[in-house]
Order: sequence, then C-alpha cells, then structure tokens
Amino acid sequence: MSTLVDIINAFALLSNFVLVPAISYGSQLALGALGVTLIFGILRFANFAHGDLMAFGTMITILFTWWFQSLNINLGFLPTAILALPFAIILTSMFAIIIEKSVFRFYRLNKSPPVILLIASIGVMFMINAIVRFIIGPNDQRFFDGEKFIIRAGEFKEITGLSEGIAIKSTQVITLIVTLVAVMLLFYFLNRTKTGKAMRAFSDNEDLALLSGVNPDRIVLITWIIAATLATIAGTLYGLDKSFKPFTYFMLLLPIFASAILGGIGSPIGAVVGGYIIAFSEIMLTYAYKKFFIYLLPDSLSPTGLVQLLSTDYKFAISFLILVIVLVLRPSGIFKGKTL
Amino acid sequence: MIDRLKTQISFLVMFFLLIAVGLFQSWSLSLAIFNLCLISAIMALGVNIQWGYAGLINIGVMGFVAVGGLAAVLVSQPPVLEAWSAGGYGIILSLFIVLIVVAIIFLIRRKIKKIVAKRILIFLTIIIGLVLLNKFYDPAVSSIEAINPAKTGFLGGAGLPIIISWIVGGIFAAAIAWIIGNVTLGLRSDYLAIATLGISEIIIAILKHEDWLSRGVKNVTGLPRPVPYEVNLQGYEWFINLISYINNNKLSKIISIDEKNELLRNLVIESSGLFVKICYSGLLVSVLLIILFFCNRALNSPWGRMMRSIRDNEEAANAMGKNIFKQHLQVFILGSAVLGIAGAMLTTLNGQFTPGSYQPLRFTFLIWIMVIVGGSGNNLGSILGGFFIWFLWIEAEPMSIFAMQLLTSSLEESSLIKSHLMESAPHLRLFIMGLVLLITLRFRPKGILPEKIRRI
Amino acid sequence: MSYLYGKNMVGGYGGADILNGCSIKVNRGEIAVIVGPNGAGKSTAMKAILGLLKLKEGKIELNGQDITKISPQERVKYGMAFVPQTNNVFNSMTVRENLEMGAHLREDNILNTLNQVFKLFPVLKDKEKQLAGELSGGQRQQVAVGRAMMTNPDFLLLDEPTAGVSPIVMNELFERILEIKNTGVSILIVEQNARQALSIADQGFVLVNGTNKISGTGSELLSNENVRRSFLGG
Repeated sequence: MSTLVDIINAFALLSNFVLVPAISYGSQLALGALGVTLIFGILRFANFAHGDLMAFGTMITILFTWWFQSLNINLGFLPTAILALPFAIILTSMFAIIIEKSVFRFYRLNKSPPVILLIASIGVMFMINAIVRFIIGPNDQRFFDGEKFIIRAGEFKEITGLSEGIAIKSTQVITLIVTLVAVMLLFYFLNRTKTGKAMRAFSDNEDLALLSGVNPDRIVLITWIIAATLATIAGTLYGLDKSFKPFTYFMLLLPIFASAILGGIGSPIGAVVGGYIIAFSEIMLTYAYKKFFIYLLPDSLSPTGLVQLLSTDYKFAISFLILVIVLVLRPSGIFKGKTL
Repeated sequence: MIDRLKTQISFLVMFFLLIAVGLFQSWSLSLAIFNLCLISAIMALGVNIQWGYAGLINIGVMGFVAVGGLAAVLVSQPPVLEAWSAGGYGIILSLFIVLIVVAIIFLIRRKIKKIVAKRILIFLTIIIGLVLLNKFYDPAVSSIEAINPAKTGFLGGAGLPIIISWIVGGIFAAAIAWIIGNVTLGLRSDYLAIATLGISEIIIAILKHEDWLSRGVKNVTGLPRPVPYEVNLQGYEWFINLISYINNNKLSKIISIDEKNELLRNLVIESSGLFVKICYSGLLVSVLLIILFFCNRALNSPWGRMMRSIRDNEEAANAMGKNIFKQHLQVFILGSAVLGIAGAMLTTLNGQFTPGSYQPLRFTFLIWIMVIVGGSGNNLGSILGGFFIWFLWIEAEPMSIFAMQLLTSSLEESSLIKSHLMESAPHLRLFIMGLVLLITLRFRPKGILPEKIRRI
Repeated sequence: MSYLYGKNMVGGYGGADILNGCSIKVNRGEIAVIVGPNGAGKSTAMKAILGLLKLKEGKIELNGQDITKISPQERVKYGMAFVPQTNNVFNSMTVRENLEMGAHLREDNILNTLNQVFKLFPVLKDKEKQLAGELSGGQRQQVAVGRAMMTNPDFLLLDEPTAGVSPIVMNELFERILEIKNTGVSILIVEQNARQALSIADQGFVLVNGTNKISGTGSELLSNENVRRSFLGG
C-alpha cells in the first residue's frame, strides 16, 4: 500500500514536471493567442506574422536589456528585461502601426477578402523575420539575469522532508503574475471602458458599429497596439523562461493559432483557456508517468515501461494535431468565437 | 497579342539572367539555379492548380513535397531484408490495426446515432487501438532500428530505378491529399490555410521521428541517380571525344602533347559536372513540359471553366447544383500530386533525403510567393514566378552582400558595425522576398503575367 | 417645408438602377411610411437617404441642408438614426451595452435617455444584463430601436421593423413608434405590413419599380381603391 507520503510525493513530482512548466508555457501561449484572436476579431484575418511580431518585440527587449546592463542599471533580483519591457512595448506598438498603415490599411479600405490580408501577412512575416535576423542574428540569445530560482528542488526537499522536490523558477512566477495582470487589464478594458466596448461592438457587427458612429481607424489602431503589446510581453516571457531564437518564435505560431482556434477564434477568454489546454496537453501527453505510478501503485503493479502516451519527439506536433481535430470537429472552438 | 509578347519578353529576360550568371559567376552555378528553377516552377504549378484554378489556399506545400521525397527513398533504396524479417510483420500488423481502428470509427460514426454513445465508443476504440499498437509497434520499431543503425536501421525501399519515384511521389502525395482533403476542405479559407500548415508540420514530424521508415533525422544519403555519375563519365571514351571535339579550337592551339592531355583531362573533369546537370535539366524540362501541357489542357477544358466559375462565385455555382466539395477535392488532389512529383524530383536531384531541411519558409511560403508574383491562374505565370523567385532567392544573397559592401565601404575594415552588417547581409534576402510579395500584391495583384480573361 | 426631402433619387448597386427618380418627403414630427411590392426599391430608397448608396441623380436635403455628399457616419451626427432590418443588435453584448453603443458619440450624460428607453420598452430594463443574442425576436427589435433612440435622434429610420415578429408584438411595436413620434422625432418606415403601417402614418408613399406610384396621407392611401386592391389584399 502506498502511504500518504507516497501520494504527496507523487503529486509533488507531477507538479514539478507537469503543473509548473505547463502553467508558465500556457500563460505565454495565452498571451500570444490573445493577440491573434484580437486581430482576427477586428481585422478578420489570420495574422501569420504574429510569431515574428513576438520575435521583434523580444528583440527590442533584449537590446534594451543589454543597454541597461552596460549602464549597470538593474532591478536587483528581478531580471533587467522587466525594466526594458515597457520601452519594447512602445517601440513594437509603433512598429505594428507602421505595418498597419503601410500594408494592411490598403486592403482593409478596399474591403479585400480575408485571404488577401492573410497573404499580405505572409509578406510581412518574411520582412519582420529578416529584420530580426539582420539586427540580432539567427542564434540563441539568453538575456535572463537576476535570481534564477524562487525555490530550488533541493531546498524544497529540505523544507518539506519529501523525497520529491518542486523547483520554481523566478521566470515562471514572473510569467504567471505578468500574465494575470495583463489579462485582467485587457478584460477590464474590453468590458468596462467605452473604447473597449466599441471594439467588441465593431468585432460583433461592423456595420452596426459604424452606424453607431464608431471610428474604424481608431479601433484598428488600438487593436494593433494591444496585439503588439501582448506579443512583446508573450515573447519576452517565453524568451526569459527558455531562450530567444527567431526560428523558434516563428514556430510558436502554430501552438498559438491552435490555442486561439481551440478557444474559439475572436474570443479573448477562449484564447486564454485554449493556451492552457494546449500547454497542458503538450506536456501531459509526452510526460513519462513511470515514477508517478511507482509512488502510487503497490510494487506488484509497478509499470515496466515509461508509461508515456507519446514520444517527446512529437511534443510540438500535439498542438498541430489538436488544431486539426478542433478545426474538423468544432471549428467554432470551445467558446463559439468570431466576436470579441 | 500583347499578352503573348509580354510572356515572351519575360521569359527572355529570365533566360538572359541565367546566361549572365553563367558568364559572370559560373556555368555550373547557372545550371544549378536553372534546375532548381525548373523544380520550383513545377511546385508553383501545383499550388497554382489549387489556388489559381480553384481558390483553395494550401499552406501545407512542404508536407506534400516531403512525401514526394519519401517516395524517392522508398522506391530507390534496396530493401533491408534483415529489418523486414526482424520487424516487418510488426509494422504491417500495426498498419493493419490503424486501418481497422479507422474503419471502426467510420462505422461508428455512420451507424450509431446517439451522440454520447458514439463519442464513448470512438474513444474506447482509439484507446484499445493505442494499447494494441503499443504491443506490436514499439518492439517492431526498436528491432528494425537496431539493425545496423549507422547505415540502415530502416526497412529500406523497393530497390527500383529512382525515376519511378517521380510517379510514385505524385501518387503518395495524391493519397495523402485525398485524406487531408476529405477532412479539411469544408473549412473556411483561412482555417484551411492554418489546418494545412498544421498538417504539413505533422508530416514533417513523422518523417523526422519514424526512423524505421526513412531513418528520420539520420537522413538517407547517396540515393541512386537517373543520370550518369561524373566519375564514370570521365572514363567514357565517347565523352572524352565529345569534349575534345567541342574544345577543338582551344586544344589545337597547344602543341605539347602532355599539356594538351593535361588540359583535356581538366576540361573533361570540369565538363562532366556540367554534363550531369544538363542531363538533369533535360529530364526536368521534359516533366515540366508534360505537366504544363496537361495543365493548359485542363485549364481550357469545360472542367477548368467550371473550376473558375466555382472560384469566382461559390454560391452561384452551388445554386447551379455543382458539387463544390467534390470538385475542390479533385483539384486539391491534382495540385498535391504535382507537388509530390516535384518533391520526388528535388530529392532525386539532391541525391539525399533530409527531413530536417524541410522548413515552411522555404518549402511553403516561398512557393506561394512564386505563384502570387508570377500570376495566379496563369500556368506560364506560375512557371515564370518559380524561375524568377528562385533566381532571386539564390542571387539575393550575393546581391545583399555586395550592396552592404558598397554601403559600408566608408567604414573601417575592423569596425564592429561593419562586420555585423556584413555578417547579417544574407538575411536580407528574406526581406527582399517579403517586399517583392507585398509590392506585387499591392500594385500588381494579378502578378507579372495575369490570368487571361476568357469569354465563356 | 419638409424636414427631409429625397428628391428624384436615381441609383442602384452597379447593375440596373433600382431607384428611377423617386421622391420621399418627411415632415417634422411626422411618420412617413414607404410601402410597395417586393423589389420595388423600398429599402434601397431608405439606404439612399442614409447615404449607404451613391446616387446618380437627385439630392437629399435634411432640414434645408444638402446632405447628398455626406458619409453615413457623418449623418449620425446630423441626428439621423437607423434601425436595419437584420443584424440590428450586437449579439454578444448585453442589452445595456447595446444601448450604450447607441450613445457612443455622445459626451453628455446618457442616463436620462436610457431611462426614457426603459420607459418605452420596460422589458429591456428587466433584461438589462442579458446578452442581446439570447433575446426573442421581438425583444431584439426593441433593443434595436432602443439603440437608435440612444443617439438622441431627430430623425429615425426603420427598415421593416416588424419583419419576423408575432402580430401582438407588431402592434405593440407600432404603438411604441407612435410614442416616439410624440416626443417630436420624425420617422421614416419601410414596411411590408402595409395596412398597420399606413394606419399610423401621416404620409405614405407607394413605390413601384423605383418610382412613386401613389402618395398621400396614411388614411388617403388606406381608402384608395387602387392601393387596397394591390397591396392591402382587398
């Protein structure tokens, strides 16, 4: 029989390898998916350049971080990137507005079909990709400084006396807090402010919103600013947690699309839920539960294999698979998307 | 008339660009670019069939190209008999299980009406299927992969001439397209784009990680060629005679026999590489012309007219009783088959199959730029787009470096900014690609050679 | 001197002209109704007045001012409010939010107008927090009219407000429209239910093939033999 300690150990194990990483990865996906969903809700096209917009924002954060580091400005135990983030948000928002004015605005005013905007976003994707690689190079960049762990696995074991430790990286906590604040602010904005309501109205019924006197140019501009802000935050958090590499960010596009579509594209709450579901699926389906079951089950029943549903090789493919399944079985997603 | 003239001039310009590369850089490079231009043109034709004829947006080009590449491996590699005896049955049994599970799910969806019962049954079938797969598949895979992993570690292929794979690649891609099409073609255009992008990534993930199939990221190298090898050529008498005949002028000026032979040997070595490339060009051009012939026939047939009418007004076509889904499926399969053919040709030309090299930027989005820039709906336009964009893709790199050199010429050689700019210059080709796409889309949305307006 | 005057309007959506020189007049504080057979250009005439349709000929005057060239959004500022026939509420927003959207351009305190709307349509007060998409057809129509009222309009345009609602709801809706009129708002209605609409109308216009066939006061048209036979079913 497994004792209470065994059970606690089993769940500590699960927390360390599944729960904590999935929450932070899920938060990053949620922020990214919110940006995609907002653009889709207002401008009505799937923005293939969003992953690269994230990369651009993160790059600006990194450049500011390096600059601050060279000036010996830091936030103590917090990463310097947090200080750089607001500057990066401003610059990335300006960048997004330039893209809107120079590329997307034309098709929007011409009432081009969404597919044309999608193709235009592919062109934008190429260009941002080039800009990022040109400025910072295609290689891995680590820009994390400050205190790495809130609690280390060893310390956790010492404090609790358990044989399984839970390590919590400071980036994970930062990710969670920043995400909570960002999401709360966004939902307050959308549901409580006049402009936010106008945005939702525009997304719901464009013609009626125009008849009510909503200014479409202003709504579109604000949407880009919010999307760029969220992209910068999501990218920076992902880069702090793991590392920054332009190609990885481009590839993040798919789990982000998967999150947005799973939740119901155009639905902000759906994007958040979708982000966490995708993150948990990726990690839970590829985690080897062997040790977990050894704790829980009597020795005679102990598993011999790894008890892994899918090889970690397919970690990335899981989100694509969920994406395809959702698109086929329930294209409107969990929260019946299409409007904010 | 003007259209035709424009087409001719565009292709002439393209031709001179390639000649210029031959004159200023090297003929070998020029031919290498030309061959990949041809393959790009075929890929662009494949996308054009889907997007230009029918308005289907397939952002999963890479997947079909890779499946074609897989065909090259499976057709040309000799079978690994040891691996077959070790795990062949396990693999076949596993495939059989997958088929049965799919069939059962299909039956359940057909026969059982209650939604809850249906879902539970489907779920149970999948779980049972997974457990069974676990039992047969994993051991089979590990025993296959254990056999001489440095060289084989996979089941091998059919040991047939690689050129057959060009057809097999098309068939593979068509089969996959049939499955994907059945699943996704009902979706809205932007969802279809995302779904196909996702599926192509899944295909690449499978090719990367299923080592028993094609060695995964360990790659299959040294694929047999449909054309002679340079080393062999250099030994053939007729080839040496040919080269000495062509270079008669140059050779006759040299008196010393030794020097003459030395020069001839060098010429033969140099020319053998060119000759191989020219052989490839011949094969590729033939395939391109055959596909173009059928594309033009199709485009001008009643079928092509119907396709366009569906593309231009889906609702009206629907109202007229056309089965849009069926037509879309047809065109999706045809276009994908062309992509598969191009994929097999590419792998043949490269002589190796490297799943890790398939990246959406190069194998999906670049092909899309070719079609949009060349002219969607126009076969010759897509071919021109394939040529032009591939040429640009290759030549943009030296051009950016050259431009950057001019730009930074005032800076000192040791300057950090200069070295960074020079190092980063190659990335500008992505920028140029995006810019070309955006400029075309904005100012010439129908491409360089627009679709001809036909009177119905 | 009429409040709104759409004069000899000619235009269409690119193909053949749908309006062939029809004229619509609405007097201040009155209800005008456009009736006519299907495809007569009733809704098109209203869209022309709103500016959603480019006119080839003719002009539109509001309060003596020429507004032919002004965009539909600008016309909102001139005191025009429009209730479309379909898709006339924000489905994913609450009733309250729908009403607030009507007042989007207003800087002043909207509580007074809000209370007026609630007094007009008491059921909206009860369903204030409910999503408009979850309401019944008649209630949605009330939200739509309420949203338009929130702009504090001088001139209200209704495109077939009773399409798809039950007869009881329809009668009530017409009563409410009369109440709105009594607050001094001029109203233009396009209606299928010609009899009920004409019974509340001060002015009626019968359109056929994009031109005025018969015009007159509501009661005149109701008693006109021709109109009765063709549009009122005897």
